[in-house]
Parts: sequence; structure tokens; C-alpha cells
Amino acid sequence: MSFDIEKIRSLFPVLHQEVHGNPLIYFDNAATTQKPQAVLDALTTYYNHDNSNIHRGAHALADRATRYFEETRETLKDFINSKEAAEIIFTKGTTESINLVAATFGRKFIGKGDEIIISTLEHHSNIVPWQMLCEEKEAVLKIIPITESGEIIYEEFEKLLSSNTKFVSIVHASNALGTINPVQKIINAAHAVGAKVLLDGAQSTSHLEIDVQKLDCDFLAFSAHKLYGPTGLGVLYGKREILESMPPFQGGGEMIKEVSFEKTTYNEIPFKFEAGTPNIADVIAFKSALDFINLLGKKDIKAHEDELLAYANERMSEIKGFIPVGTAPEKVSVLSFNINEMHPYDVGMMLDANGIAVRTGHHCTQPLMKRLGLEGTVRASFAVYNSKSEIDKLADGVSRIARIKNK
Amino acid sequence: MNSIAEIQDEIVSEFEILGDDKESTIYFIMELGSGMESYPEAARVEENIIKGCQSKVWLIAEEQEGKVHYMADSNTDITKGLISLLLRVLNDRTPEEILDAKLDFVERIGMGSIIGSQRSNGFAAMMKQIKLFALAIQSNQNV
Repeated sequence: MSFDIEKIRSLFPVLHQEVHGNPLIYFDNAATTQKPQAVLDALTTYYNHDNSNIHRGAHALADRATRYFEETRETLKDFINSKEAAEIIFTKGTTESINLVAATFGRKFIGKGDEIIISTLEHHSNIVPWQMLCEEKEAVLKIIPITESGEIIYEEFEKLLSSNTKFVSIVHASNALGTINPVQKIINAAHAVGAKVLLDGAQSTSHLEIDVQKLDCDFLAFSAHKLYGPTGLGVLYGKREILESMPPFQGGGEMIKEVSFEKTTYNEIPFKFEAGTPNIADVIAFKSALDFINLLGKKDIKAHEDELLAYANERMSEIKGFIPVGTAPEKVSVLSFNINEMHPYDVGMMLDANGIAVRTGHHCTQPLMKRLGLEGTVRASFAVYNSKSEIDKLADGVSRIARIKNK
Repeated sequence: MNSIAEIQDEIVSEFEILGDDKESTIYFIMELGSGMESYPEAARVEENIIKGCQSKVWLIAEEQEGKVHYMADSNTDITKGLISLLLRVLNDRTPEEILDAKLDFVERIGMGSIIGSQRSNGFAAMMKQIKLFALAIQSNQNV
């Protein structure tokens, strides 16, 4: 089906503005998506009517706030199809979710000589926590290589797997190139050698149907702000038995069962991992973002974005000097590219002058850029509110810019 | 040679002609860089890179007849254009002139809104490095 784009756009106040005298075209969705009015309303409604600390207050406001807060957890349970809502932990974002696993599961279960596998496609947030862990534990970090088109070489991954492999942490969809990894195969193969698997779902959860039970991943990390929700909020899904076996991440209120100076016992999951007052307002507002996605349906969202990506590829390929970066057949709606003889920053600034917001640089994937022999790329990433006419303007803009050096 | 103040006035009037058209302004800045003295390949090394810039900027300076001669380059055309503006004002002057220079053209052309806050930090780093070179050469002269 095709969306009524104008209707969808009318739900996003931020899109209706001019930048440098041109209507804003927002193509930086892989960095963060814009927020529909319903999310903004949920934030103000919470602060205007329900603001209260949750889980322990014996009054009406606390009761309401707690109920709404837990409703988001329930919605997330359905969103990723986890067995139970208790397997959903709220964090600050994908980065914190990964750090939580490295600092708790990693500290307890990874030892000297153990191996952790990641890929060349990873964002720094799925590299550095594991490097820190490996340094501390004298464990070994192994990297799955990629092809020129930006796809992992699956056979090489299989070669890295052994009885020493304790953990595989892999990006579901690459933020820099858009490549969708064959995660089902990766999870199955990792489990066959007894390793646990974390999926970095920062870029996949807004585009792809996610079923953690079917995937059988042990952990899934993602961020609310890339799902049309508020910033500063993330999710960590983990299987109950694994979460229960892990020590707490941070100590404080909420995460305890009983505290005495002699011994403290810890709360049940998910609260064991949610020390301190959580990000209540944003959690509550996040439900409105999830409702928005559910209303449109992931299948139709993906179809719309695939159409945009295909159209963008077609239009941009006509431009002299256009160099696509990352040409895997299976991609989320990310178009990474360079212009011959031009630095991505210069292209990005020229596009900004036309009111077009894109990302430029290494996209927090320096090892990937090094592998591709690039300093960076220009990245246009599309969301549900983007249209073909916006892509026409991007192509016109890029075409004009490319002519500076590609006559 | 025109005074520092006169050259800054020139730059300001050139930018005034461009007005609010941001695309033309950026294009103009990119063009400025292409007219710069070519940077020696041997000096394109890590230690000549200015810290604090998002893009790579190489800057070197030497004393020529009591004055400071700068050479610079960048891997991005916009940044190269920005350095060329600074050097147009400050190149081949005495260390004292450079150290005392009040660079008001930056504010007068609205550089902050042209290049944005992230690049403005880099621009400030360039100005600082230019002055540091002048200071080093001045201390040598006074030995």
C-alpha cells in the first residue's frame, strides 16, 4: 500500500519549517527520527497531570504514572514479541544497553582466553564495550570481515566460531551502509557452539519486523529516539534465565529487595537492572511512538522506505561523480555515498544550504571506513514521512554540487 | 600591502554582495581555497595538523625577512577557503601585527551562521594556531 504522506507529515510539527530559505528536507533519520505530535502530547500530559515517582508511591498520581510506565513495557513486549514484559529493561539508549551486557554478563561469564566476535560493520558502541571487557579479562576480540559491497563474509564468521567463542555481538542493520545482516543464521551458528548473541537493533527496529522468540537472540538493544520516540531512552531485551543469572549493573533504589548494612538482596527482573528513578516521562511517551508505528504497520513502512531507497538509487545513479558506498541487496533505507573529488563535509554543507539535512563523516564506524579506504561518506537515510519529491530535490542538489568537480 | 583593517573591510563587502544566499556563499568560500599557494607535500604530516578541527587542516609557518609566512591546506574545500580568508588578512606580516590583530571580519560576515557551531570551534582553533606561530617567531626574534 502507499501512504498518504501529506497526512503522515501533518503529524510531525518539526517538518514544517524552512532552513536557509528552503523547506526542510530531513534525511538524517538513521541518526534520529522526528517525533509525532502524539509523542509530544504524551510528554506534556504526563508533566501536566501525572508527574510522580513510580512503583512505591501510595497515591493516585503515582498509581497512574506507574500504570502508564508499565504499559509501555507491555507494548514493547508485543513489539518485539518477547515471552514476558519482565524481559524488557529500560536504559539510556542502545549504547547503555550494550554496556550493561558487557559489564554484567561479560564480567561474570567471560574469562581469560574466551573469544567475543563482532563484525567490521559495527558502530563504535558495539566495539568499545567489548574491547574494554577483553582488556580487563584477557579475552580475545575477533572481527568478521566484509566484502567491498559492505556485507559480512559469512564463511569467515563460521571459521571464527569455536568452542572458545563465548559471545557474538552483531549489528542487525548497519548504520553507515544500511546492510541487513543474516542474523538468523548467525544466531543459530553461534548457539551451536554454545555462544550467546546480542543483536544491536538500533537501526533495524524501526524498519524490520522483530520477533525475539523466533530469532532466539539472547539480547536485543535499541533506542527509542530512532523509533519516533524521545531521546535518552533505550531498551535492552534479554532472556529471563540469562538476565536472572547476571549480576546487577548499577546499585541504588528500585533495584533492591532488601538492604541492610550486612547484606543487600536484589529485586526481580526487570527492576534489578533499573536502579534509581527511571526516565518516566520518556518511557510513557515512547508508547505513543510505538502505537504510531503499529498503526502504520512495519510491513508497509518497510515497503514505503524500500521504494524511496530504490528511487533514490535510480535518481542518484544518473549523477556524474556519484559513488554509492554499501551496495548490499538487503538494506534498510540508508543511502551512503560520496561525490568524486569532493569531501563529504563539503557536500553535506552544500546540501544544508539547500535545506537538506544529511549526515557526513565516519558515522561512528571508523574501522569500517578504514576497511573501505574512505574518510567518510554522505549519508541520506529515509523514514516514513519522506517522499519521492524530496528525493528529487536531493538528487537535484547533489547533481548541482557534483558538477563543481565533475564537469 | 593594505592594512589588516582594510583587507577585512574588503572581505566584508565581498560577502555583502552574496547576501543571504547560503549556497552561493559556501560556493564562494570553496572557490577562495583554490587560489591558495600550494602546500608542500613533505609538510603534509600528522604533527602539522591543527587539533580541534573536524576536517584535516595542515598549517606551517616560517620567518621571512622578519615577517611570518604561513602555508596551509585542508582535505575539505570549505575549510581550505576559510583558512585562505585568515591568511589573506594575516599572511606576511610581523609577529606584532598578527598578535595585535583584531579579526572583526569573522563576526561581521556572520561566520558563525554560515559554517555552524561545530565548524566555528575549528575556525577558532585555526586562529589560535596562527597566533601561536607568530608568538613563537616573535620570541625567537627577541632572543
